[in-house]
Amino acid sequence: MSDTILEMRKITKTFPGVTALSDVSFKVRRGDIHCLVGENGAGKSTLMKVLSGVHPHGSFEGDILIDGERRAFRGIADSERAGIAIIYQELALVPEMTVYENILLGHELRRGPVIDWNATIQKASSMLERVRLDVNPATKVKDLGVGKQQLVEIAKALSRDVRLLILDEPTAALNEDDCDNLLGIIRDLKTQGVTCVMISHKLKEVISIADRVTVLRDGKTVRDLDAAKGEIAEPVLIKHMVGREIDNVYPPRLAKPKDEVVLEVRDWNAYDPRIGRKVLKDVALHVRKGEIVGIAGLMGSGRTELARSLFGNPDGYELSGELVLKGRPRRFKSPRDAIDAGLAYASEDRKGNGLILIQDVKQNITLANLRALVRRGAAVDANAEVKVANGYREALNIKTPSVEQKVVNLSGGNQQKVSVAKWLFVKPDVLILDEPTRGIDVGAKYEIYTIMNRLVEEGMSIIMISSELPEVLGMSDRVYVISAGRVTGELAAAEANQENIMRLATS
Amino acid sequence: MTIQGLKKIVRSNIREYGMYIALVVIMAIFSIATKGTFISSRNIANLLNQTGYIAVLAVGMTLVIVIRHIDLSVGFLAGFLGAVAAIAIVAWELPVWLVIPMILAMGVVAGLVTAFPVAALGIPAFVASLAGWLIYRGLLLRVTSATGTIIIPNEAFNAIGNGYIPDLFPAESPFLPGMHKLTLLLGLCAALFFVVSQIRARRAKRAYALEVLPADLFALKLVFVVGVVALVTWILAGYNGLSWTLVIVLAVVAAYDYVTKQTVLGRHIYAVGGNPEAAELSGISVKRITYIVFASMGFLTALSGILFASRLQSATPTAGTLFEMDAIASAYIGGVSAAGGVGSITGSLVGALVYMSLMNGMNLLGTDISLQYVIRGAVLALAVIFDVATRRRAAKS
Repeated sequence: MSDTILEMRKITKTFPGVTALSDVSFKVRRGDIHCLVGENGAGKSTLMKVLSGVHPHGSFEGDILIDGERRAFRGIADSERAGIAIIYQELALVPEMTVYENILLGHELRRGPVIDWNATIQKASSMLERVRLDVNPATKVKDLGVGKQQLVEIAKALSRDVRLLILDEPTAALNEDDCDNLLGIIRDLKTQGVTCVMISHKLKEVISIADRVTVLRDGKTVRDLDAAKGEIAEPVLIKHMVGREIDNVYPPRLAKPKDEVVLEVRDWNAYDPRIGRKVLKDVALHVRKGEIVGIAGLMGSGRTELARSLFGNPDGYELSGELVLKGRPRRFKSPRDAIDAGLAYASEDRKGNGLILIQDVKQNITLANLRALVRRGAAVDANAEVKVANGYREALNIKTPSVEQKVVNLSGGNQQKVSVAKWLFVKPDVLILDEPTRGIDVGAKYEIYTIMNRLVEEGMSIIMISSELPEVLGMSDRVYVISAGRVTGELAAAEANQENIMRLATS
Repeated sequence: MTIQGLKKIVRSNIREYGMYIALVVIMAIFSIATKGTFISSRNIANLLNQTGYIAVLAVGMTLVIVIRHIDLSVGFLAGFLGAVAAIAIVAWELPVWLVIPMILAMGVVAGLVTAFPVAALGIPAFVASLAGWLIYRGLLLRVTSATGTIIIPNEAFNAIGNGYIPDLFPAESPFLPGMHKLTLLLGLCAALFFVVSQIRARRAKRAYALEVLPADLFALKLVFVVGVVALVTWILAGYNGLSWTLVIVLAVVAAYDYVTKQTVLGRHIYAVGGNPEAAELSGISVKRITYIVFASMGFLTALSGILFASRLQSATPTAGTLFEMDAIASAYIGGVSAAGGVGSITGSLVGALVYMSLMNGMNLLGTDISLQYVIRGAVLALAVIFDVATRRRAAKS
């Protein structure tokens, strides 16, 4: 057997309007832990989807070789048969089923026509042992924490004699203990002969675990690094990932924030009756006029919950505490109330709940403030609507053939601009931007930053929630750090750095 | 224009016009097969009156499906409300001018009742309205159990389903003898209105540099629509003119088309259908929209019940059977998407016409009822497949 378990040669994959991968080559040695790093949108996930057959053979250019043999996967079933398993960020478990049912799902052990449940439980138990997960296999998956669910996913992959395990940001949603545990298990699997490809944004973890690292940037392979040669170090990785000095990414801001406090929150508590626990505890924060306040925190820390609890509470949390907007104590019953009072929230999940993809650019831009376009009794003035949409298209440089283009056909960056435009048309006093640059390319990011600066210079206040620390540091006047539903720190721009934020975020 | 360009335009608009073309083709086939009986004034008038009570249901159902729900209760609710109308006229001896608004109000209340478990408790509309289906069927049987079929001996009420608008000019005048002049005049007005509003809309769009149909195709579209309006008007004028049913249906379609396309409410309905979460986060109350859409469905169901009872001049214990399925099929044939957010009022009207033309035409040909069902099913399947296929292609290009 050859030394190379996987080789991907000259992979090019295009989507309408975007080249996601161009001429990417990727080689994995047998028995290695191979990390794949790169900024959001660099093409990591696309590359793995090409490998696993999600993008079937023929929908991309280039070759995939497993053990030196050319393969053409038409779907996930094909790649699974070749011993490849991929575990996504969003777990693919059935919450209402038990752990053992999930592990053997799709590969049920049978005796004649019926499932052999005893053998199933036995096999599941032995897989759970391999991932050192000590739970009753009859537990329902929904009753496990995210970290344990992740291990169930890995156990599921192992039950299929996986030789090449691909993990797409496995630690993104985990706390530190779960992370360490998971990394330990990946090392274990290595000794058991499982090769592992891991996509990760957490460079420390990459450095600690990787035998080799491939850096992708803008859909191209930038560099392969080898731990044995001592090539893997944080500055090197960052340099290759961003490809330029990090300080240059943020446009300068001309105006300083005013002293006037626009939004203040005190003793803010939220209890989520659906999951039966408190998601926010005694949160206090304030925002000044013309200020960009960064909110940093890991996924699941309560950042989005905070934003949504302020923005009219569409999730039905039980709230307590004070919310003061422009000097008036408020209690919003719906997003409509919040919008009318001058608070807007651009969702982190553009496609899921930010935009209406099947509608066109102008309809999305005017949606939250259609009333402003009504003339002659009840009708929406179609001409005024086009005028408004064209205005924002120009001001935000939204790249679209026309404002009648469906939003689904736009690139991520332009979708984000549409989402921002929608809230600008409402003309809020405080705009909450949740992950404003997630999944968009570097150029579009810069444009979003420029727009943000212009808005605060005009007197708007912005709360920016972001998991990208450089962005939080580069854009904010002040930073609040959130961890497990609490504000664990408030830092002025001058004193904030990646290290102290990360420390607070994990405290 | 190049052939290539024409192809592209046809392809990108085929979904929009496909149903109109299908309707014309179906009518042409039946006209030929029945040696002209199908296209005769008398039959067309009859066909449109038959379509009325399904068309109004299809209009309401369109919005229900657009917001990703369904309402199965409408058939027997229409039957039940028709029976209540009959009882109110016959047994309670209430005047018609009171009965009609009363029945319509009852329809709105019934719609809100169906909406409550859906909007407030998150119960799937399929289940909530299935319960309504059973309940209204039971109620219909109950109110008609003592009397059986209730004959409605009220001319004013029965005119809704059988009468025609009066003519302002004497029928035997030397100019166009035997034709219904007011109908012709209204048809002419409709055609003029259509041409003027289309030209104005096109001009406005061009002022904003938006994509419009090329001039020759635009002219073709105008000629086609005006031609159809002229033909239909001419055919109807040759019999008794516009029926009250058709007037009511056209009024409902015009009002709903205006609301859905022009008003904030309409845009909010489609936003909720396109992405309920995004709509909620944009300040739209999904609950409120759900109540409104089901209330409108209830209103139109009551109207359908009145139209049907009036047409039969009686209320029967089986009135409304399978109306809901006919309405749903019409909406789907008319291009409504089950995924939500897509579908137009005019599309559903055409869907209803296609569906009822098939029934009417096959009845004229004496096609066996068993075969009729098979053919209607096949047309529904084909329409939906066509819709999905063209939508996919549009997404790719």
